[in-house]
Amino acid sequence: MSDAAISSRVRPGRLRRAGAVLSDVMRRPSGAIGLTLVLLHLAVALLSPWLAPYDYKIMLSDEILVPPSADHWLGTDALGRDVLSRVLLGGRQALLVCGIATPLAILWGGLLGIYLGLRGGWVDDVVMRLVDAVLSLPGILPLMIVVVMFSGGNVVLILTLAVLFGIPVIRVLRAATHGVVARDFVLAARARGHSRANIMWRELLPNVFDVLMVEGAMRLSWMLLSFSALSFLGYGVAPPTPDWGQDVSEARVYMSLAPWGVLGPMIALSSLIVGVNLTADALAKALGLDRAQKAVV
Amino acid sequence: MGLDPVIELTELSIGFTGRDGQDVPVLRDVSLAVRPGESLGIVGESGSGKSTVALAAMGFLKHGLRRLTGQVRFDGRDMFALSRQDREAIRGGQLGLIPQNSGQALTPTMRIGAQLCEALRLHCNLAQSQCLPRAEALLAQVRLPDPGAIMQRYPHQLSGGQQQRVAIAMALAGEPRALLLDEPTTGLDVTTQAHILALLRDLAVERNMAMVFVSHDLGVIAHSCQRVAVMYAGEVVLDGPAQEVLKRPAHPYPRALLSAIPRLCDARLPRALDGRPPAPGQGGAGCAFADRCAMVQTGCRQVHPDLTRAPGGQTVRCLRADEVVALTPHAADRPALRHGPSGDVALHLRDVAICYHRPGLAARLLGRDTPPPATVDGISLEVRAGQTLGLVGESGSGKSTILKAVAGLMPPLAGEISARGAVLPTQVRRRRPDTLRKIQMIFQNPDESLNPRQTIEQILAQPLRLYFGLEGVQLRERAAELLETVRLGAHMLDRLPGQLSGGEKQRVAVARAFAAEPDIVLCDEVTSALDVSVQAAVLDLLDDLKRSKHTTYVFVSHDLAVVRALADQVAVLYQGRLCEAGPVEQVYSGPSHPYTALLLNAVLEPVTGHAPHLEAEDVVELSPPASGCPFQRRCPRKLGRICDTESPPEQMGADGHSIRCHIPRAEL
Amino acid sequence: MLELIVKRLALGAVTVWLVSVVIFAGIEALPGDACTAYLERDAQGKLLENCRQSLGLDRPAVTRYLDWAGSALRGDFGVSVDGETRITAEVALRVKNSILLAAGALAVGVPLAIFLGVFAGLYRDRPADIVVSTLAILAMTIPEFVAATVLVLVFAIWLGWLPAVVLTPADAPALDFFPEFVPAAIVLTMVMVAHIMRMVRSSVIEVMASDFVQMAHLKGVPYWRIVFRHALPSALLPAINVVALTVAWLLGGVVVVEVVFNYPGLGRMMIDAISDRNLPVIQAITLLVAVTYVGVNLAADILSILLNPRLRTRLGRGA
Repeated sequence: MSDAAISSRVRPGRLRRAGAVLSDVMRRPSGAIGLTLVLLHLAVALLSPWLAPYDYKIMLSDEILVPPSADHWLGTDALGRDVLSRVLLGGRQALLVCGIATPLAILWGGLLGIYLGLRGGWVDDVVMRLVDAVLSLPGILPLMIVVVMFSGGNVVLILTLAVLFGIPVIRVLRAATHGVVARDFVLAARARGHSRANIMWRELLPNVFDVLMVEGAMRLSWMLLSFSALSFLGYGVAPPTPDWGQDVSEARVYMSLAPWGVLGPMIALSSLIVGVNLTADALAKALGLDRAQKAVV
Repeated sequence: MGLDPVIELTELSIGFTGRDGQDVPVLRDVSLAVRPGESLGIVGESGSGKSTVALAAMGFLKHGLRRLTGQVRFDGRDMFALSRQDREAIRGGQLGLIPQNSGQALTPTMRIGAQLCEALRLHCNLAQSQCLPRAEALLAQVRLPDPGAIMQRYPHQLSGGQQQRVAIAMALAGEPRALLLDEPTTGLDVTTQAHILALLRDLAVERNMAMVFVSHDLGVIAHSCQRVAVMYAGEVVLDGPAQEVLKRPAHPYPRALLSAIPRLCDARLPRALDGRPPAPGQGGAGCAFADRCAMVQTGCRQVHPDLTRAPGGQTVRCLRADEVVALTPHAADRPALRHGPSGDVALHLRDVAICYHRPGLAARLLGRDTPPPATVDGISLEVRAGQTLGLVGESGSGKSTILKAVAGLMPPLAGEISARGAVLPTQVRRRRPDTLRKIQMIFQNPDESLNPRQTIEQILAQPLRLYFGLEGVQLRERAAELLETVRLGAHMLDRLPGQLSGGEKQRVAVARAFAAEPDIVLCDEVTSALDVSVQAAVLDLLDDLKRSKHTTYVFVSHDLAVVRALADQVAVLYQGRLCEAGPVEQVYSGPSHPYTALLLNAVLEPVTGHAPHLEAEDVVELSPPASGCPFQRRCPRKLGRICDTESPPEQMGADGHSIRCHIPRAEL
Repeated sequence: MLELIVKRLALGAVTVWLVSVVIFAGIEALPGDACTAYLERDAQGKLLENCRQSLGLDRPAVTRYLDWAGSALRGDFGVSVDGETRITAEVALRVKNSILLAAGALAVGVPLAIFLGVFAGLYRDRPADIVVSTLAILAMTIPEFVAATVLVLVFAIWLGWLPAVVLTPADAPALDFFPEFVPAAIVLTMVMVAHIMRMVRSSVIEVMASDFVQMAHLKGVPYWRIVFRHALPSALLPAINVVALTVAWLLGGVVVVEVVFNYPGLGRMMIDAISDRNLPVIQAITLLVAVTYVGVNLAADILSILLNPRLRTRLGRGA
């Protein structure tokens, strides 16, 4: 046995694989466009306090609903605030809230899903019935009810989103785990007498990790959609704070007079969600999790 | 034969475009011809390109493949130059294909009758009213019982053998002049396989069809073909009369292949053929087989051999063909298998019964659940330390279920399993770590049994950490050591299973089992997912390990020849019941249970002129009969009512050879 | 097969029961109750107690659950917090309007989605497929209120072809909503077509690459016959479940679109109830929508069983 082979403890390519997946994502048109959009939005969100030409709260009483000009590239709104500044700042809330809530959602939903997939039996039956029940509740209504009743706040919003969006993850990861649990290497581990935690951690998680990542990207995109809808309906952020959804709903009133008020935030919001979704799509294809893709091989 | 060929491939090369934009050939310069009434066998291991040849003969290429050079002619017409309509008319009409897995090749949403009628209407211009009787006649012709009922069924309602027969009927619907058969019996039980092959042979004679058999199994080819073409790495390396190719092959590859096949009549381990074929586009300038060839010379690595004539009507791609032919057939240099010294009883099964069926909650509450007969029943067996017990039987015989019960994965309904005198708890969770360590299992398919997302080191680390608490450098050193014992290098520690060949993967699985330093190793069809040449190497490894570590094996296999090569004791199972058990020589040669006799007769050996002896029908049984002998419904020597009502007595012979049959031992 | 269907029905019933418990418990867990919402600032002391007594809120939760679930089972959702409006009658009106909108979207959307999905699947990776698939991603991801706003901006404000909002009152007969409901239906159709189409597309691709389709080619079956006779029956089966999900979504969750177009459906009633903290109405609608969801999915499951020969005829090997 060669000493060189033993001493060379190259951690076998977790990083290398991540790099390969990333380059595969970037090679696809959808991935390249999507990832560029996402990174652009992240950069703007980080730098917008310095990028914004005006203070987002300052109302210029003599410049109400001014069309785009050299002073106000995207015009001003009904309160005389600079639209460009508000557009640049308007994604920070959404990214902050969803950026924290998504990892939380896939963490708890994923772990519970893997556990149920392995555990089976009555625990699985009971939890899955509950999951079914909660999933049958209509759309974003549970979210709205909680937000209204607890009267807002970012922490409440993040926790509610994390809890609600974790529930479908349970179902997806449980199904993915079922595909793995039946395979012989899990049977072999059970026959050797490993603990359930060991099987979950060493045998199952590496095999469903890809599903979890794609699920995370998809959930983020749906979560942004829900957040913007909530904000549009007036339950997202407290008024002076700029947010695309809310700004669209405010500017809609003057839409026939000043269409620039809706266009800026609408384009910004759509491009972010489209970007996240395209990235998720390319990621699924790069990881071989796309059903249509699988059929080719 | 002065007839013109029906199917003719001339210097056909097929390939795909590689990542760097270069053509990567999958088939290289393949030339073959089949004449009416002739049957040609194409043999090769997985990846040799044999299935691509069959599909190409129909003018069909899989997604991504392209014809590089050469032609395919059917009846003189270029299949790749024809219009779509003309090609559609030939396919399924004059040229029929019988696919490997008929279960998946039949449309799941159409009834058998509708699918047959479609074929008839497309190719014979029959009216709807004429179709039905004609379709029924076809089903009768492929010897399916009750064709009328089968017409109404969906594919999933038929057994594997029945699906294969339907596929044959469908190919016959177009009155074909030639049939292509892509692994037509792979995955079927031996008895079913023998029946299907007999049917095909009769049909070929009746209709004077040309047939092309593609198979990895030399036994199937020997039994059904007059001529054999051997493929290796996308090339035809040998083409000649079956008799010559199987007896005095002029190429070292088929020679090595033949000695790698375990034989029923030979209680010796087959000889392994090391290495693996080059991947498409990877071969060097010389002979593709050079790296694995025992007779390789310097010239072989420089010159790519052309097809040349060799003795016995063979054409061959080998520079040393004349020398190869002159060698004595399959040098018998393996010593006969010595049975290991037998120690105490290592594993004992007493009256074990296992039932898969668990009544559902609703059924239990309503109390309307009558449990069917147990899947496995009345199994009493013992194995002595250092010996190998072979469990044989067809699919559904419960042999793997018994292994799972021993491993604690499938708690028995009744009975007792003990190791070294100590009764084993029925469930894994109840067993002590040391008990768990002593019994290890190796599975059929390493692709399934090795975690694809763990490196080889992580795979071997699992038992080492669990049973011995090894960590860090110690763990890695021990893992490297284990790889050495299975004849793999330490450089593989950081690879993923996907980067290894099938044989290497199975060795890693063996290493993982031996990492626990077990007393008993349970082997579940451990070689059936491997190519023959690789199978021989794994068998050899298992045998070596058994000797050096004094391990006890329970070896499950459907392949009687493999069991013969490795086992000391054999038990034959049918429908989860024991038919016969005893020392391997007695079971394979002495008086046999009718079922054992049936199995032994159905085995196809790679020798021409040997016809399997078929007695019983190849009906697939869904569940064992409630009473009497489990084999009652298929037994060719059934006595009468006694077989249906009374369990057969156990008749003991010398050396503990027992047969459970109502027929007196002397008459068996 | 019958056993399978009975099992699904039983599971559906269990889910419906659990849903009612989850909704009731969820509302209970929220801060405040119907009385605090109704009385707002005056919600204290004697006044609060009296209100709770009159609404029966001082009884234990289990009793109130049984009472509520029992009446709901008979179709009676009680009265709104204002103490007058019968919830059942009001809800029925809105349900009718929501069904009208859903029916409009489904009638156009489902055939269109299936056609586009099959088309894109058969011409995979060709320009036509890329265009259709890209549009589908856009339709799926762009928020509904953005799509609606663009639609209004272009067709109502600039071109003047369509009305911008619905002005018809909730209790008007169905015909009166035409053509006012068209913009809302268009937005909904876009989203649902995208979802169904993507699913059908990948299913078609999967089936067209299957062994039995390859075998059909090798049996010389003409291309379009393979598509219609061999491939589509298998490829379209999974579409049933996606359509069911869409139906459930249309009947319950289209709050944003109804708000944008001022359409008097269930979604708007819901959001009004939420901003008024009208808990009895919230409970009633949530339960109704959840039951619809379970029911529609159940129907899809049963239909799949009936249409899939593998499930319909549980015979043969190993079954």
